[in-house]
Amino acid sequence: MADTPRSFQEIILRLQSYWARHGCAILQPYDMEVGAGTFHPATTLRSLGSQPWAAAYVQPSRRPTDGRYGENPNRLQHYYQYQVLIKPSPPNLQELYLGSLAAIGVDMGLHDIRFVEDDWESPTLGAWGLGWEVWCDGMEVSQFTYFQQVGGHDCRPVSGELTYGLERLAMYILGVDHVMDMPFNDPDAPIPLSYGDIFKQTEEEYARWNFDVANTDVLLRHFEEAEAECKAIIAQEHMDPKTGKRIIMAHPAYDQAIKASHMFNLLDARGVISVTERQAYIGRVRALTKMCADAFVQTRAGGWSGDAA
Amino acid sequence: MADLLIELFSEEIPARMQARAADDLKKLMTDGMVEAGLTYASAAAFVTPRRLCLTVEGLLDASPRTVEERKGPKADAPEKAIEGFLRGANLTRDDLEERDTPKGKILFAKITKEGRPAADIIAEVLEQTIRNFPWPKSMRWGSGSLKWVRPLHSILCILSREDGAEVVPLDVDGIVSGNATRGHRFLAPDQITVSGFDDYTAKLKRAFVMLDANERRETIWNDATNMAFASGLEIVEDAGLLAEVAGLVEWPVVLMGRIGDDFLDLPPEVLQTSMKEHQKFFSVRNPKTGRIERFITVANRTTSDDGATILAGNEKVLSARLADAKFFWDNDLRVVKSDAGMAAWVENLKNVTFHNKLGTQAELIERMAVLARELAPMVGADPDAAEKAARIAKADLSSEMVYEFPELQGLMGRYYAAAAGFSDEIAAAAQEHYAPLGPSDDVPTAPVSVAVALAEKIDKLTGFWAIDEKPTGSKDPFALRRAALGVIRILVENDLSVGLKHACRSGICQSIEVIRALMQHLASRTDLAESFGDHISKTMVEIYNLSLDEKGVSLEIGSPNLVEEEKINDLLSFLHDRLKVYLKDQGIRHDVIDACIAMPQNDDLTLLVKRARALSDTLKTDDGENLIQAFKRANNILSQAEEADGVEYSYGADIKFAEEDAERALFKALDQAESVIKPAMEKQDFTTAMSAMASLRPALDAFFEAVQINTDNATVRRNRLNLLSRIRTLGTSVADLTRIEG
Repeated sequence: MADTPRSFQEIILRLQSYWARHGCAILQPYDMEVGAGTFHPATTLRSLGSQPWAAAYVQPSRRPTDGRYGENPNRLQHYYQYQVLIKPSPPNLQELYLGSLAAIGVDMGLHDIRFVEDDWESPTLGAWGLGWEVWCDGMEVSQFTYFQQVGGHDCRPVSGELTYGLERLAMYILGVDHVMDMPFNDPDAPIPLSYGDIFKQTEEEYARWNFDVANTDVLLRHFEEAEAECKAIIAQEHMDPKTGKRIIMAHPAYDQAIKASHMFNLLDARGVISVTERQAYIGRVRALTKMCADAFVQTRAGGWSGDAA
Repeated sequence: MADLLIELFSEEIPARMQARAADDLKKLMTDGMVEAGLTYASAAAFVTPRRLCLTVEGLLDASPRTVEERKGPKADAPEKAIEGFLRGANLTRDDLEERDTPKGKILFAKITKEGRPAADIIAEVLEQTIRNFPWPKSMRWGSGSLKWVRPLHSILCILSREDGAEVVPLDVDGIVSGNATRGHRFLAPDQITVSGFDDYTAKLKRAFVMLDANERRETIWNDATNMAFASGLEIVEDAGLLAEVAGLVEWPVVLMGRIGDDFLDLPPEVLQTSMKEHQKFFSVRNPKTGRIERFITVANRTTSDDGATILAGNEKVLSARLADAKFFWDNDLRVVKSDAGMAAWVENLKNVTFHNKLGTQAELIERMAVLARELAPMVGADPDAAEKAARIAKADLSSEMVYEFPELQGLMGRYYAAAAGFSDEIAAAAQEHYAPLGPSDDVPTAPVSVAVALAEKIDKLTGFWAIDEKPTGSKDPFALRRAALGVIRILVENDLSVGLKHACRSGICQSIEVIRALMQHLASRTDLAESFGDHISKTMVEIYNLSLDEKGVSLEIGSPNLVEEEKINDLLSFLHDRLKVYLKDQGIRHDVIDACIAMPQNDDLTLLVKRARALSDTLKTDDGENLIQAFKRANNILSQAEEADGVEYSYGADIKFAEEDAERALFKALDQAESVIKPAMEKQDFTTAMSAMASLRPALDAFFEAVQINTDNATVRRNRLNLLSRIRTLGTSVADLTRIEG
C-alpha cells in the first residue's frame, strides 16, 4: 500500500481505510450544502459535551465566491474535504496524522513536513482553536486544530480536528498541475474519468448561477425563513406532547443554521452584501449556531446525564 | 554545587513566540529559585520548535538555613498581647526568650527556617512556572485542564553533580519528569537519555537537533549566502524572516530554487512579498540587474536525494502562488491602462469606509485633493500636479494586488500610476505620501509628494479632532501622534514655511462638512437613527447645531465659528507638544521652545524651530546665559515699578536725561543692537538677531553695576524705567525671554 496511488478516489479510499483502521467511525457526507467539513454536525455538534467521539468522513464543500468556471488550476466552488474528529484528542494525534500521509503515498524520507502556526477561527460557528497548517515541501496540505471553543461553549474534553484539502493534496501526490486533468478513477479503468469529466461542466454552471443569476430576493427570503425556523424549533418545549418524551430538536434546528449560512455565502458571491452588512449577517448566523450548540449540550449526545441529576 | 537542566518538550511552538518564551522560562525559574534562597552562577535558555530548555550552572545544593529574630511585647505585657504575638509568628511560648533591655524585660522570638534541598525548590518553582507560563495564547488538549502553547509531552529535569545526575521528581497533571527526550521528529525520533547539559547538546546534535537558535540562524545565513555567491547572486537581507525560519526548523538545510521565467517581470517587491509571506522564502537577487531570480528555502531535514524532491515541490508551490500574483498584476494593469484608468478604482472606494464618522475613502481622497492643492504653492509644488496626485494616491487600495498583499499599498500605486501614464512625480507621490511611517523613516522631499503627504496627515489630524477622537494617555488607535510627527518632520527637514493654521482650518471645515452631511442624512432617516446611535458623538451634535441658524437652516461652510477655532487651537497646541518631544531629542529645552511658541507666527513650525535653535545656541554661550539674567533683572524692576506706580513705562527713553556714562553707553548699545536686530528679524535671521542681543551683555552689566534706577529725581527715574522698557521690548522681540527658566 505504500506505493503511490493512481487516482483521486484511491487517495480517498486509502484515507477511509487508514482512519477506519485507527478506530474512527467512517461517516458519510452530510446531505446539505456546507462551506467546509467542519459544518457537518459530526464535527460542530459532536465536539461539544463530554461524550467521546471518533469520526472521519468526506464532505463535499461549497464556496460560491471561489468559482472560476473550472479554469483556474486550483480554485473550485465545489470541492472535497476529508475530515477527522477525535474527542478527546489522543496524545499521538500528530503521529497518527503523519501515518495517514504515509498511507496515501507521501514518502516520509523524501519530503519536508512542517507544522506552521495557524490559529483557526470560525466567526459563523462562534468557534476557535489552536494548531497548525501542515506543510509538505512548502505546500499547505492540512489544517490541524485543537478545538477550544465551539458555539460559544468551552470544549471539554478537547477535540482534535484534521482537515485535508483533498484536491490539492491529491494533485500534489499524483503530480497533476490542473485539477481538471486529475484522474478521478483508475486511468486504466475501462472508462477512465478525469476530475474535469465529472466537474468541469458543473463548475461552469454553478459559477454562472452563483455570480450572475441567483435571485437575490429569493436567497434573502430563504435566509430569513431559515433563521426564523431555526429559532422556532429551538423555542419548542423539550417535552414532546405526542410521545411524552424529552426530545430537544438540536439537529433539525442546526440544519436551518447551515441553510442560513449557505444562503449568506450565495448572497456574498452575488456581491449584494456591503462591508458593514457582512458583519451583521455573520453575527446572525453565529447567533443561530450558538442556539443550536446550547440546545445540543442539553441532549444525551451532548453530555446531558438525564434525570439522575 | 549542582547544575540543572530542564527541557519542556511539546508539539510545535509558533516561531514568533519562541524567543520570548526562552526569556520567560529563564526569568521565571531563576527568579523563583533565588527567591527561595537558591542562588546560582549562570543560566541560559534555548528554544527550538519542539523544546524549551534551561541550563543553570553553579546552583546551591540547598537553600541556606535562616534565623530571624523578632522582637515581641514586654515580658509583663497582658497575656492577650503575648498570645497575639505568638499567633502572628506561629510560635509557642517555649520559643520565646526574655531579655533585659534599657526599656525593661522584653520577649524575643527566634524563627529558624531550615534550608531546603535544591530538588524540592526546583520542583516547586518549575511546576509554578509551567502552570503560569505567560504564553500569548495557550490551549488545553485531550481531557486535561493544563494549559500550554500546544500539547506538552514530556518534562526533562535533572540535577547533575560530579558523582552523577538525578532526576528532580515532578508530576504536572500526569506528565512525570525524567531524564529522557527525543531527537528530530523524522531523522532521530527515538528516546535519548541525558546526564547533563553538555551531554544533552551533544546527543541532540547527533540526533539532528541544533539547540541554539543563533546557531541555526548563522548556519542558514552562511549556507544561503555561500550558495548564492557561488552562482554570482546575493540574498536580499531580511532579519525578521531569518529569525522566523530559524524557529521553524531543528535541523536547517538550505536549498536554492528557480523562479519560473514567466514571473521574472513582476515587480521585485511583489516577488519578494509573495515568497516571504506565503512560503517563507528568501529572495535571491542578481546584483548586476537588481532582479530577483532565485529563492532560498530552508528545509528541516536532509534526504537521500539531497533535497531534490523537496525543492521540486517548493518550486511547484511557488509557481502556483506567483501565477496568482501575475494574474492580479495583469488584471490591475489592464484596468489602469483602460479608458476608465485609476478613476475606476477611486470610484470603488466610495464603498469603502474610512471611519464611520468621517465617511468613505473616496470622501477622504476628495478632502486630500483640496488640501494638497492649497498646500502646493507653499511647498513649491504645482497645484494641478498636487491635486492630481492626491486623487490617485490611494487608488491602489482597490487593486487586486493590494487586496492580496496589503503591505504593498503605495508601492503598487506608484507602479500602476506610472503604467497609467502619470508623470514620475505624481506616481512617486502614491508611494511617498504615506511617509514618514516611523521616527527613522525618510521624509519625502519631492514637492508633489510633500504636498500630498502633508494633506494626508493634516486631513487625518483635523478629521479626528473634528470628531473628538484625540489620543489619550497610551491610547492612540489612529496613530495621530505619528501623523503629527510626520507633519513636523516633513516641514522642518525640508525647511518649508507653511502656516498650519490656515491648512488646519481648511481641514476642520471639510471634516465638519462630512459630519453635517451625515447628521442631515440621519435626521431625514429616523428609521436609521437607532442603529446609528452609537456612531454619533456629543461633539457631532454640537457641531451640527452650531452650523444651523435660529431657523434651523444650514450656515455657510467656513464661516468662522467658535467650535472650529477652538479645535484648531487645540490641534495646534498638540502639534506644539509633539514638536517639544521632537526637539527635546535634539537637545533643545522645553522652556526654550515655550519662549518661541509665545511669539507670533507660531503655526509656522519651521520658523519656530529656527527661532528655538538660535535661542538654544545663544543660551549655551556665556554672554547668552548672562543676558538672560540681566534681562530678567530689568524686567523685574520694571514690572515692580509699573505695578507700584500703576502706569506702563513705554514712552521713548531719551539719552539727554541720562546722567551716568554707563547709562549713555547702554543707550548707544541698544541703538546699535536694534539696528542689527530689526533687519535680521525681517529676514528671519534669528542667529544674527540673537547674537546682537547677546552683545548687549557688557553694557547691561555695566549699567546695573553703576546705575541706581530708583532715584529721587522723578524725571531721571522715569527715563531709566523707559530705558528698561526698551530692553524688555527687545528681549521679547526674538523670543519671549520671560519664559526662560533659571
